[in-house]
Amino acid sequence: MALVEVKNLSFCYPNGYQAVDDVSFTIEAGENIAIVGQNGAGKTTTVKMLNGLTKPGSGDVLINGESTKNYTTAQMARRVGYVFQNPDDQIFNATVYKEIEYGLKKMKVDMGECERRIKDAAELTGMTKYLETNPYDLPLSMRKFVTIASVIASNCDVMIFDEPTAGQDLDGLKILSDLNRVLTARGKAIVTITHDMEFVADNYDRVIVMCQKKIIADGRTKDVFFQKDIMEKAMLKQPALVRIATGIGMQENTLDVKMAAAYIRQNLR
Amino acid sequence: MDSIKITDLTYRYPTADEDVLRHVSLSVEKGQLCAVVGANGSGKTTLCNAIRGFVPKFYKGEISGEVLVNGKDVQREEIGITALEVGFVFQNPFTQISGITDTVYEELAYGLENMGVEPAEIERRVEEIMGLTKIEAFRDRDPYQLSGGQQQRVALAAVLVMNQDVFVIDEPTSQLDPQSTDDVFEIIRLMKNMGKTIVLVEHKMEQIAEYADKVVVMDQGQIVLEGTPEEVFSDPRCEEYHIRLPQCTRIALELKKEGIGFEKLPVTVRETVETIQAITGAGKDGQERKG
Repeated sequence: MALVEVKNLSFCYPNGYQAVDDVSFTIEAGENIAIVGQNGAGKTTTVKMLNGLTKPGSGDVLINGESTKNYTTAQMARRVGYVFQNPDDQIFNATVYKEIEYGLKKMKVDMGECERRIKDAAELTGMTKYLETNPYDLPLSMRKFVTIASVIASNCDVMIFDEPTAGQDLDGLKILSDLNRVLTARGKAIVTITHDMEFVADNYDRVIVMCQKKIIADGRTKDVFFQKDIMEKAMLKQPALVRIATGIGMQENTLDVKMAAAYIRQNLR
Repeated sequence: MDSIKITDLTYRYPTADEDVLRHVSLSVEKGQLCAVVGANGSGKTTLCNAIRGFVPKFYKGEISGEVLVNGKDVQREEIGITALEVGFVFQNPFTQISGITDTVYEELAYGLENMGVEPAEIERRVEEIMGLTKIEAFRDRDPYQLSGGQQQRVALAAVLVMNQDVFVIDEPTSQLDPQSTDDVFEIIRLMKNMGKTIVLVEHKMEQIAEYADKVVVMDQGQIVLEGTPEEVFSDPRCEEYHIRLPQCTRIALELKKEGIGFEKLPVTVRETVETIQAITGAGKDGQERKG
């Protein structure tokens, strides 16, 4: 049984704008999934329905096989954590520590456990030395990690990161890549929305491609990224490596720079 | 003449314990696109603010050294006068969008109205820029109701319409999908073709490799590397300065490790494909994708 089963989800905003149209997929424990697609493709609305921030217009989200139709948003949020695209939609406490602690207090986590989880979340996100800092004294790229830390501390089964790569430098991307690996090894499922195709190629085994409110591909990243027609339909750019591989007529699909280089050397004239 | 000439600039924010810019010197020729890269916190945005005079005029703090824009010392100039020469696009469109206009159209006209431009001329310029930046579709929408990506394009358009000689653009594509990112870079290319001088802060190295004339790497408040994209990206110190190399360059460097040498390090997809084809004879008939 899948950890999460998304069944025929659709959503229409009150003004009549259809944002998501009949989307289905499953998430297993320990999976690391990227969702890609143009601005407006329906990515954020889809994931917000997974944690109850947006109630599905139709369809259902099953967690461990159980329908969540009658769950409250608070019940959903304990199972599925969501990190907002804009950290400023989420942050309101005076220190990083208090910001991470806030959700735990709401969930009545006991003090010792609370401290342990905050320490762990701060370490994973590189926030340890900023725990007493006001989040608004940190740059946007680091405020994002404050919000990620809050969700990690909540210890949900599924964690959704909405555009965590935006504005990140190499160090930020490294932190993100490492925390994805640690969390999935702990059995957490991670769902990441991003526009950074190279980051997806380097870090995610599975990718879901959304285009005009629907899922048009869901599979192994290297299979999907080499399908030029799908990528073009979704108005996405294949990573440079894929375009080079296609350009030189490489017979092997790989997203690994080292493997590509080895292939090219072997096929020298 | 250099459009921008910075000489030995050192600066410290009022409450800070250390300098955020340290002995920075930089010249950007008229019509050049100069990309500024480096880790977050290395001083890129502060450097941008020094070019438009907000450092130190608005932020105060201690400064030494000189910033000349079109030969004029921005530290002596009124901020309002410098603003006529330097267009500034904010990192966060939310910070930039005025909040006092109801539509995208009015947002674009706002700056021109303040400058007292004739209404007919305002209309002409707003229409032209909306066309160039492909935002006509949301001309009547409230800027704050747009998606992050759409807002970023509006923010860029609202500055472009002012038609200054020098543009400072701070991470214009951070919220954008790949297609919109390319659209923004096409706008930037267009600006370059119009002879504008552009200083661009950006993390997307693939686009920098393709569009920039010059790349400047900042680290802890200093300029530590400077040159063409090819020169900078082939410098092994990039790793030390936490620069994410374009994938093309990463492949080329791997090939070098495998003992395959190049005269010139390829930095774009096209160059890489051509270089590899030249050595291996691979895929001559393959369909090469533009880029």
